[in-house]
Amino acid sequence: MKILVPIKRVVDFNIKVRPKTDGSGVDLDNVKMAINPFDEIAMEEAVRLKEQGKASEVIAVSCGTPLSQETLRTALALGADRAILIESDQELQPLAVAKLLKALADIEQPDLVILGKQAIDDDCNQTGQMLAALLDRPQGTFASKLAFEGGQVTVTREVDGGLETLRLTLPAIVTADLRLNEPRYVTLPNIMKAKKKPLQVLTPAELNVDISPRLRTLKVAEPPVRPAGVKVPDVATLVAKLKHEAKVI
Amino acid sequence: MPILVIAEHENGAIAPATLNTVAAAAKIGGDIHVLVAGQNVGAVGEAAAKIAGVAKVLVADNAAYAHQLPENVAPLVAELAAGYSHVLAAATSNGKNILPRVAAQLDVDQISEIISVESADTFKRPIYAGNAIATVQSSAAIKVITVRATGFDAVAAEGGSAAVESVSAAHDAGKSSFVSEELAKSDRPELTAAKIVVSGGRGMQNGDNFKHLYALADKLGAAVGASRAAVDAGFVPNDMQVGQTGKIVAPQLYIAVGISGAIQHLAGMKDSKVIVAINKDEEAPIFQVADYGLVADLFEAVPELEKLV
Repeated sequence: MKILVPIKRVVDFNIKVRPKTDGSGVDLDNVKMAINPFDEIAMEEAVRLKEQGKASEVIAVSCGTPLSQETLRTALALGADRAILIESDQELQPLAVAKLLKALADIEQPDLVILGKQAIDDDCNQTGQMLAALLDRPQGTFASKLAFEGGQVTVTREVDGGLETLRLTLPAIVTADLRLNEPRYVTLPNIMKAKKKPLQVLTPAELNVDISPRLRTLKVAEPPVRPAGVKVPDVATLVAKLKHEAKVI
Repeated sequence: MPILVIAEHENGAIAPATLNTVAAAAKIGGDIHVLVAGQNVGAVGEAAAKIAGVAKVLVADNAAYAHQLPENVAPLVAELAAGYSHVLAAATSNGKNILPRVAAQLDVDQISEIISVESADTFKRPIYAGNAIATVQSSAAIKVITVRATGFDAVAAEGGSAAVESVSAAHDAGKSSFVSEELAKSDRPELTAAKIVVSGGRGMQNGDNFKHLYALADKLGAAVGASRAAVDAGFVPNDMQVGQTGKIVAPQLYIAVGISGAIQHLAGMKDSKVIVAINKDEEAPIFQVADYGLVADLFEAVPELEKLV
């Protein structure tokens, strides 16, 4: 089984970003970037499947600027066999990324594509579903458990009311939820080994994909600021305030 | 052109988030049609026809649509979408699962979790875990949108009298099948719709200690939520998680107990009307968003609070 794992370079999850004063976007100058946490989980799952002998090859792919090479090296250090960067300086929206991944999947013919369920920057939660639609393959989104048997994958999904289990016919698309696994740490020897692994660079033009953004961002602004609250000395004061001042109980 | 709203339903009842989605559709303007897809959903269709402001209900009753498998439901929605200017669904796990698939089939972008309608083609949505609000404009012929329920006040579930039409189209991709589900049972109100939410974090120390929160919640008629730390530690099931990757709530009162207030948690609750934080660490970031903060040991404060309310 060949597995394709798309990964995205995003702002580190611990960083509280601020919109730029001109409203054109958020300020990412000199901000720590990292692999999207959900994609790290997707990569870990693929590597575990390889270690269990279920996967033959794990390919990491990223769409973005040359800086994404760094993120792909992290994926290689986590255990991917090779990496592909689809290089573009343009803003890439989920539909464009899904089309690029579809074009790549047509070439690589993976049996399984594991993505993160959402990127923590645009918070879209769309790419996996779109890719599944473009490839006309079944999708197992928000997965917290995978089990493979005879050309099928059983996916346990995190849904609003609890858990749901589906059976999909391979080839399929899976998006990883937080509870799918606990990603490993990259070790120094693995970082060194990753430097020697192949990293291929393609362009959207080579894949014959139109990546022009469809959605125009007019403005990015601060969310409304909550006025500062008060500290109360004891429970009795708290209850009194909730009853008489806020009138919520 | 009219607007199509995909109804969210379970166990033969319309889910509350559908009412918020219809409210968003009303803000866009135009006739509102509701699609009910599922198996044995006649009663849901009738309930949808009573929603205030709905002009027409389309019922697609077919075994292929049971459990809302996206491989089967998305082609149905994509086929119907041709006659509509907007296709809306609630940003629930179902809506998020199906709509991007519909959008890709229509070759249009999808707009996730809008919190306001500026005009028929311009919407606001939170990005970066709610730390920024983006205003986006779509030039797509059909706008495919998921709606964050807490951004819109629900329309009335009664009072409408829409015509009900059945849709015969059946799509069965045959590539996926439902195996089982394991739903958490609770007598408390549903988390995303509750007026009051009491949430616990790592400070609860173990699952058993959540009984203090359940006791307080029962007295307040509240739902109980949790931070990711509490879910990952196995204190409570994942469907109770509030945050960027869990549920988004905006109740009248949110009581955060033993929760530090990480960015990811705040993303799910900072639009609550009144926020109360109970934490023994007075430096905890949760106090920066709390209207009322109490620096105290939760194991003393929570039982006392339960006695006094």
